[in-house]
Amino acid sequence: MTSKPPVRIGIRAPTNPIEIPKTRREFFKTGATLAGGLTLASGAVLPALAEGGHDHTMAAGGHENESPMILGSAELVQYGSRSPFEKSVRIPHPAGSTASPDTFGKMFHIASPIGEFHGTITPSSLHYVATTRQSYMPEIDPAKHTLTIHGVVDRPLTWTLADLKRFPSVSRLHFLECSGNRHGPQNKNVQESHGMTSCAEWTGVLLSTLIKECGLKTSAKWFVAEGAEEVKGASSMPIAKAMDDVLVAYGMNGEAVRPQNGYPLRIVVPGFEGIFSTKYLRRIKIVDRYYMNYNDYGHLTETPTDAALRYQIGPKSIITRPSGSQTLAGPGFYEITGLAWSGGGAIKSVEVSTDGGASWKRAELKSAPQRMAHVRFSCPWNWDGKATSIMSRCTDEVGQKQPTLEQVAKYWNKPYVKGYTMPGLNNSVMPWTIAQDGRITNGLL
Amino acid sequence: MVSFRLAAVALLLASPVLAETYGIGRQTTPEELKRLDISIGPEGDELPVGRGTVKDGEALFEEKGCVFCHGEQGAGGSAPALKAEKGPEAPIWQRGRILPVRAPFATTVWDYIYRAMPLGIEGTLTADETYAITAYLLYVNKVIPESLVLDKESLPKVKMPIGKNYADLPDWKPKTPRLKGYPY
Repeated sequence: MTSKPPVRIGIRAPTNPIEIPKTRREFFKTGATLAGGLTLASGAVLPALAEGGHDHTMAAGGHENESPMILGSAELVQYGSRSPFEKSVRIPHPAGSTASPDTFGKMFHIASPIGEFHGTITPSSLHYVATTRQSYMPEIDPAKHTLTIHGVVDRPLTWTLADLKRFPSVSRLHFLECSGNRHGPQNKNVQESHGMTSCAEWTGVLLSTLIKECGLKTSAKWFVAEGAEEVKGASSMPIAKAMDDVLVAYGMNGEAVRPQNGYPLRIVVPGFEGIFSTKYLRRIKIVDRYYMNYNDYGHLTETPTDAALRYQIGPKSIITRPSGSQTLAGPGFYEITGLAWSGGGAIKSVEVSTDGGASWKRAELKSAPQRMAHVRFSCPWNWDGKATSIMSRCTDEVGQKQPTLEQVAKYWNKPYVKGYTMPGLNNSVMPWTIAQDGRITNGLL
Repeated sequence: MVSFRLAAVALLLASPVLAETYGIGRQTTPEELKRLDISIGPEGDELPVGRGTVKDGEALFEEKGCVFCHGEQGAGGSAPALKAEKGPEAPIWQRGRILPVRAPFATTVWDYIYRAMPLGIEGTLTADETYAITAYLLYVNKVIPESLVLDKESLPKVKMPIGKNYADLPDWKPKTPRLKGYPY
């Protein structure tokens, strides 16, 4: 890569600068003398000003960046919303489907527009969602909701939401990822390929705090977490995980957990496949053996390898910009950026290749990597205008490395052919192909 | 200052924060637990009293609308199949992901139905109805004979075709790779 000075894009030097009036009154006074064609003499705008009020209903102004004003409605004052110019939305997953995993015709899974995010936190309204059954969710009155922990403990206890908020709290950044977040050659963009993961700041009580309150018996080996939704979804998890870092969360990105994400209470099981992070949490049963309830049956596998690889999530990264369906404007400077995460702990390093995997360069991590959380990485790049492919790979704190699909096939002694499916959640490297005209497409086989 | 510190230490030692628990929450009553606890373990300790026959189950499979989604005898519907196409002569992992066949314990089938079925009216089946539907689904898959009545005693004793032919989950420890020896 040649190191010519970066070309500035999107920054225009001011031409013919004019002094910006300090007040709106001053603006209107000087307005008439501004550059040609501007007429402000009509009575429609001026009377309010004559009264000295702060009426911000304004016609298009005379300055380059002047825009109509938005009325601060009660809704906007009370609970803000994004600009109407911002259009990114969640989409059904898999892309184009309306019925996953069966044919009832409702959306079960919706993917985050992760190609359009900045930083590491997923806005709550755009967090990915996976539900057990259709797009319905329970509407739970938090005043009536309780959590009970029982089973192999000294004393079963029940708490209200208010009770839970009295315990010492923690706030932690954690990613969640659906086991269906499997990228393939059919995906057009990063939302289709990697949109079933998100990262939020979760606030709540450590499950270990609550279990200690009940008094854990030594025969405890597993716990079953159960939701209050229609199917009472339940998963069994090791008690070692419960005592390590499982969070009973009522907060998400600074406010209450959203209904689609488990309002008013859920567990967050850092680094495990998303299904374990039971939403609408109502009960935790501490048990002395694996319980094989509901979701556990879905996790039943034939080999210990499959069982292990469908549990804790492996190291994974993805370039979100530039990525599939985007177009580079032309040769010059671009910041390559993306997200990296691992169920094994914090991300230690991310590398980026801009020559189809021939050489790799260490990427910058934009913030101190947190355990089991997305971290934003970036890498400066001067595109020379030639066709190429770009990709990222990462290593986590326990030394696990993100593989290419080819490496995985080789490891398991399988032929690396089109359609090869790796065991467990797909954490392989995703290449984006860049054509000479700047168009970016899926770079998988 | 010194005396202040000593006082602070003394206070800390006496403080309830250092006690074993925070004393928040109330003890759950046995009646509440009986109502709440729908997690049925392999031994069936949590199973409620009740009974169901294959014949009752067959009628209920129609009556409760199971047949509309799962098809006749649990096959050919739009929802997941409940009857394996391949019989007991086929290896278990080739018989498909069929709950009443692949589940390691008959209690798993009972738990699933009682907890999560039927679609739209979940949680409305009685214990008797659940025993009966479980019996019917195990019977159509040739897991139990038509004559077997399922109840709290007989259900956990049903031998499922999978036996122990499935993988245990790994012994999870914090800060360890997901699969020993696997670099990825």
